[in-house]
Amino acid sequence: MSVAVEKIGLYPRLRRLALPRTLISGTIIIGVSLLIAFFPALFAPYDPIAFDYKALLKGPTLAHPFGTDSFGRDVLSRVIHAYTIDMQIAVFATVGPFIFGTIVGAYVGYAGGLAEAIFGRVVDAVITFPFLVLVIAIVSVLGPGLGNMYVAVGIVGWVFYARLVAAEVKVQKRLDYADAGRVMGYTPMRIVFRHLLPNAITPAIVYWMTDMALAILLGSSLGYLGLGAQPPAAEWGVQIADGKNFMSTAWWISVFPGIAIVIIGLGFSLLGDGLAQLLRVRR
Amino acid sequence: MQNIGSGSLPLFSFVLRRILQMIPTVVFILVVTFVLVRLLPGDPASAMLGDRAIDADVERINASLGLDKPIPVQFLYFVKNVFTGDLGTSIALKLPVTTIIMQRLPVTLMLTLMAALLALVLAVPLAFLAALRREQTADAVIRGTFQVGLSMPVFYVGILMLTVFGATLKWFPVGGYGDTFADRLYHLFLPALTLAFSFSAVLMRNLRSSIIGVINAEYVDFARAKGLRPRIIMTRHVLRNALISTVTLFGLQIGTLFGGAVITETVFAVPGAGRLMIDSIYGRDYPVLQGLTIALAVLVSLTFLATDIFQAWLDPRVAR
Amino acid sequence: MSVAIDTGLGLTVRGLTALFNTPRGMALAVADVDLDVAPGEMVGLVGESGSGKSVTLRSIMGLIQTPGHVTGKVEWGGRDLVAMPAEELRRIRGSEIAMIFQEPMTALNPVLPVGLQLEENLVAHTRLNARERRARALQLMNTVGIPAAERRLNEYPHQFSGGMRQRAMIAIALACSPKLLLADEPTTALDVTIQDQILKLLLDLRDRLAMSVVLVTHDLGVIAGTCDRMAVMYAGRIVEMGTVIDVFRQPRHPYTRGLLGSVPRAGAVRTMLSSIEGTPPSLTDLPAGCAFHPRCSFATDICRQERPPLLSLGNDRKAACFHHDRVAAAEAIL
Repeated sequence: MSVAVEKIGLYPRLRRLALPRTLISGTIIIGVSLLIAFFPALFAPYDPIAFDYKALLKGPTLAHPFGTDSFGRDVLSRVIHAYTIDMQIAVFATVGPFIFGTIVGAYVGYAGGLAEAIFGRVVDAVITFPFLVLVIAIVSVLGPGLGNMYVAVGIVGWVFYARLVAAEVKVQKRLDYADAGRVMGYTPMRIVFRHLLPNAITPAIVYWMTDMALAILLGSSLGYLGLGAQPPAAEWGVQIADGKNFMSTAWWISVFPGIAIVIIGLGFSLLGDGLAQLLRVRR
Repeated sequence: MQNIGSGSLPLFSFVLRRILQMIPTVVFILVVTFVLVRLLPGDPASAMLGDRAIDADVERINASLGLDKPIPVQFLYFVKNVFTGDLGTSIALKLPVTTIIMQRLPVTLMLTLMAALLALVLAVPLAFLAALRREQTADAVIRGTFQVGLSMPVFYVGILMLTVFGATLKWFPVGGYGDTFADRLYHLFLPALTLAFSFSAVLMRNLRSSIIGVINAEYVDFARAKGLRPRIIMTRHVLRNALISTVTLFGLQIGTLFGGAVITETVFAVPGAGRLMIDSIYGRDYPVLQGLTIALAVLVSLTFLATDIFQAWLDPRVAR
Repeated sequence: MSVAIDTGLGLTVRGLTALFNTPRGMALAVADVDLDVAPGEMVGLVGESGSGKSVTLRSIMGLIQTPGHVTGKVEWGGRDLVAMPAEELRRIRGSEIAMIFQEPMTALNPVLPVGLQLEENLVAHTRLNARERRARALQLMNTVGIPAAERRLNEYPHQFSGGMRQRAMIAIALACSPKLLLADEPTTALDVTIQDQILKLLLDLRDRLAMSVVLVTHDLGVIAGTCDRMAVMYAGRIVEMGTVIDVFRQPRHPYTRGLLGSVPRAGAVRTMLSSIEGTPPSLTDLPAGCAFHPRCSFATDICRQERPPLLSLGNDRKAACFHHDRVAAAEAIL
């Protein structure tokens, strides 16, 4: 009997120690991507923007594993250097909304009442705008470029974080330990940020991972449309646009950057799923 | 039979309430587009007309926008114009924006509708298969494929489809729009499939997990204990309940679908509202851009309304 | 007592076993259960939660799905329900054998009108047309005592009160006049007064429709008030069986004795309410020997080494205890 009890008691603890496989593979993909993004020159065999008119539209060879584009630029080197811009998009387009949205969400969730009612309307309105359409409209007004894209994404993006955090804070503040904090005479600020938020923020962190993947999709889409990163910068969306007219003759110009996007997207998804499993967040 | 009236009364009042809720949304849409136009450098009229401005036009537009009046009054002018269907005149095409949008929007609507149907056709059976074989090989393959689909940008999928099924295999035209209805279906098939690709992935993921939730519900066991045919258990009891959350998601994703349409139409040279939007950005045709933004936002909120009503019909508890 | 064995018409369960493949190992939820139910008889199945009584019912009905696996024989009208093809089983379910569940709120589909959930039963098993189905539905609503049946059929489960919902579920189960009703804790979720009404209804229906009933409950009071015979389950096995009168008068298994001791009674000599020490064992990790020995005050060495067989003690009485004589002879607990 005592043996049985021990077994059951030990088992969940062992499970908790074992990291989800999704988390491990996601961390590896994103970790390697960050490494490439910080030190692209270590990995890239050529200068990503150097023209080589003697090697135009060459297919994959040992010298150019991913081939060359219509200016003779090495596609592999461009894909590698694009990590810098695209990982930057993933972080810059999401970190502001994450922080601002978390603060607003914590306030709304704790205050409730009028703040919550107003926030509810804002959410309704924001989700009514087709996100991409709104971002395109804002970028076209402000002018193309990554900086303006961050502004456009930030105007809308914080709402999703705020919604997640507000819902979670609302649940947490009903729990006993929040009452304990009130009884001890802590200020609402302290209760929210020191006690409620650390518990309430996990769904927002999990969503952050998904959002970074979405940001790369959005950034590359704008790059493709000519509204994001500007040529000759190496960015995957720009590269795919460069190669789109050569698909039948030189498929490698567009196909390899696309694969890079898919791998990064999978990496963030795995990381998000793994974190959700680890932190026990229902998605 | 007279009871049907009492059954649908809550639904009716729900629809009414829901329509009233749209009012603040529409106001917000108008405020945002209004502010966006004010953000343009210079006065709106010059910005709208660009280099081709002549004084008479500037004055006419300034007057129609009430630019000599205070900002709140300007907003009321703007609202009045929108509600009378006056969205201004296109700079590039010299036509009323309303006319242009009415020409282009049906194309986009047909494209998104086809995409939505294709996505459902893909998502529903595969979600069932994955849910019934969960944690088995079929499930892993389906989920893996859709996960890759989710990570692919729309334009990339489009270019690949265009190259493989259009240029290489020549099964489908590489772009444009047909003349007859059947021809249009044929022309729009690849763009719609492109658009449906990631959309179906989102739907599949949601539907799979809600089917798994429903399939273990007591009422499904009770349905089996009643000796119902498996097909009826799966459709009437499992699918119908599982769809409730998926319908909400479907509505929420319509905006994304329209965004995807902008890109898809660009890739496939489909003369729809999305293509018009990109053209108007390159051509600095701000009246068209403004009109399109309003039109698409209103369309999305109408879709929300429709999905909410459909959901209330699926789930009688919602209307209460 | 109508215990005349007529296996041709009743239900005969032999060696019913249900195994579940869980992350913690194989769980033996039901082990080697034998059970007979004669026509018109009401048999109670009692035990703590996790004793396997509900799983027994679901196994009889063929509702166990992967990761569960059922073996043994469930004979009904000369056919084996466990071995028969799915389509044949489907025809029997809902028509000859019906089942009602503990919680009508979750067992009724929340998004379908009650009338539809009743009529779909008729569609599956009869050739009645729409008008005849409606008439039958109204008749059933009256049978189970739901007023304003016409209006009620168009309403949804959430518009019913708890007691009415349970009545509606019974009406649905009775749609095709089953010969056997499996009732899984039909009154547990209800208020005591409503509980009584539902039990009376079940007894009344049993008499009027000449239907057999297997009633699963953890409440001995329910058994005492309704059943002819009873079986007590512990850790997936039947540990005692007999007529309700015999078992209540003189339990022959310490577990039954413990259960009876934990029921407060009016009119009895006031004594301390005894309860059974400890908790039921994990089904993936049963103790060796008799599964009850760690909680048993009668236990000796043999109980820790060998599992006691379910012995026939005559007069339709069975018990699985090495010390059933000592248990029977022990000081009366009532």
